[in-house]
Amino acid sequence: MTWWSRPAADTQITHGSRLWLYVLSAIIMLLLVAPTLIVVPMSFSDSQYLEFPPSIWSLRWYEEYLGSAKWMRATATSFQVGFLTMLVATPLGIMAAYALFVSRHRATRAIFLLLITPMIVPVILIAIGTFYAYGRVGMNNTIAGLVLAHSALALPIAIIVITAGLRSYDLSQEQVARSLGATRTKAFFLITLPQIRFSVITAALLSFLTSFDEVIIAIFVSGGANATLTKHMFAALRDYIDPTIAAISTIMVILSSALLLLTQFLGSKGRGN
Amino acid sequence: MDSRLKLSFAVTDAPQGTTALPIEIRDLTKRYGSVYALNSVDLDVHSGEFLTLLGPSGSGKTTLLMAIAGFNRPDSGSIRFGEDEVILTPPHKREVGMVFQSYALFPHMNVAENIGFPLKLRGISGAERATRVEEALETIQLSGFGARNIDQLSGGQRQRVALARAFVFGPRILLMDEPLSALDKKLRERMQIELKHLHRKLGVTTVYVTHDQREALTMSDRIAVINDGELVQLDTPEVIYNSPANAFVADFIGESTMLPLTRDDAGALSFRGQKVGDAGTDQSKDWTLVVRPERLFFAGAGAETDDQTIVLKGVMREAVFQGESEMALVAIDDDTEVAVRFGTGGRASPAGGNTGDQVSIGLDRTDVIIIPGGQAA
Repeated sequence: MTWWSRPAADTQITHGSRLWLYVLSAIIMLLLVAPTLIVVPMSFSDSQYLEFPPSIWSLRWYEEYLGSAKWMRATATSFQVGFLTMLVATPLGIMAAYALFVSRHRATRAIFLLLITPMIVPVILIAIGTFYAYGRVGMNNTIAGLVLAHSALALPIAIIVITAGLRSYDLSQEQVARSLGATRTKAFFLITLPQIRFSVITAALLSFLTSFDEVIIAIFVSGGANATLTKHMFAALRDYIDPTIAAISTIMVILSSALLLLTQFLGSKGRGN
Repeated sequence: MDSRLKLSFAVTDAPQGTTALPIEIRDLTKRYGSVYALNSVDLDVHSGEFLTLLGPSGSGKTTLLMAIAGFNRPDSGSIRFGEDEVILTPPHKREVGMVFQSYALFPHMNVAENIGFPLKLRGISGAERATRVEEALETIQLSGFGARNIDQLSGGQRQRVALARAFVFGPRILLMDEPLSALDKKLRERMQIELKHLHRKLGVTTVYVTHDQREALTMSDRIAVINDGELVQLDTPEVIYNSPANAFVADFIGESTMLPLTRDDAGALSFRGQKVGDAGTDQSKDWTLVVRPERLFFAGAGAETDDQTIVLKGVMREAVFQGESEMALVAIDDDTEVAVRFGTGGRASPAGGNTGDQVSIGLDRTDVIIIPGGQAA
């Protein structure tokens, strides 16, 4: 029997009759990743301009990026803001998810919706609002301002990921721990937290990525010495077309993909528990 | 997997130095919205006794257990452990061992770490902790299982580890919330006996929640029957079974057929003209005769009611073979069927006959159970 006449599942459908589905899926996947991957060859070009496919190969734009004080400073800022966002959003996400999970209060649903609004509201609106609000209190172009804004974006993701972790956890374990002599805080740290650790780590990584990849809010509220990598990239694209962008993009794609793969790996490990 | 499970725990071991405490519950009320989960409950659990809270789901029995454990705060009332009022004491300070239906073992710890957890919280050092964990493992007959992971244990073993974790720190009170309901029938029945032995050995005051009346009858020193947030009857299994306080208890515990009685002006209670008892000073209008199937027997064809026996005539409807016993349904009139249960062994009383036969069923007057009130819904 050739593969296309073999059943594809526990049904009579064969691989052959599913061929259209395989082709469609392949096209969709290709369309999803192609725009991202196209920058990779472009970054290895020797040309002054963005060029595809490159006529001469070179690493000069990577040298350009790594040798530029401006780009390095922006990279440091992005890492700093991403890391601080992770430190703010993860604990807040744990606390909010736990509270909403444990509480039987009538308002939990409303509070949950309130907390995930940054995910629903167009980011441009948040950016404009934040810009004017920060203008009043002098927080534009500060690290703290950017971290707070990014934390608001990261919090819904952290809450959703950690809530999913709590769903597969038996809360009576915490009650047992308390009856055995642990305070509620101790029971949380000794029993609950170790068991939702994979969700927490995933939430932390996604919080970092949310900030690291974010551009719209960064354009509005970051600037000067505290401008992020993404803001500089956006400005560079607008003002002068320079393959450095492609080099940086390639590095960011690799970093983001690595972190996402890590969360997937942790996720499957967490489910195995 | 449970081949090492023996019928009982080693009862001869010395008790582990637990001082049992009585529990005194007064006027305990807990409302959820307008629903009373507990309605002014008074209950005394004697020091060292095995008391079961028995009731249908939603009756409030778990709410009561959780109130004793400290996991819910009653709206009013008092709970005392010995002399101490604990109503405001947080769960971790109540020194109460608790076993949950789901076992709630900690999957990120091995068996020894699970059992050692309460000892660790009490600052008991490594060496002493190891000794006490080992002793506890011996008590539950799982010596050598300390290094196992939780997912390597069978259901019955998990159950016993959860139990060891609850008593290893010498709590004054042990609470169990349907701990056997996840086990299969055979293992459950064996664990019932084991738990009873363990209770005798530890001597700790135990409050046990179940909705399984058979389990309650098997294990308890006393049973508290709870319905709609109220304590309906509190007594030994024998009294609960033989003298139910009302139709709910009679119906919920054991099998029964309820037959309405008529009361004459003098207070005599009769069923179809046959006097079965006296109302005494009780002025209730409605009375019910509770008939347990296994207390009935087939009388000879010519049997009549006399001083010792009440005889009912009827038609055999159905006889169902159930293994250890046989159940016959006898119609004593068009809308009333009475269940009769009899043994299936060679010496057991013979079946009344074939479907459609005229039969006489007898009930000894000493087995008559009469309760005030109408039939249970």
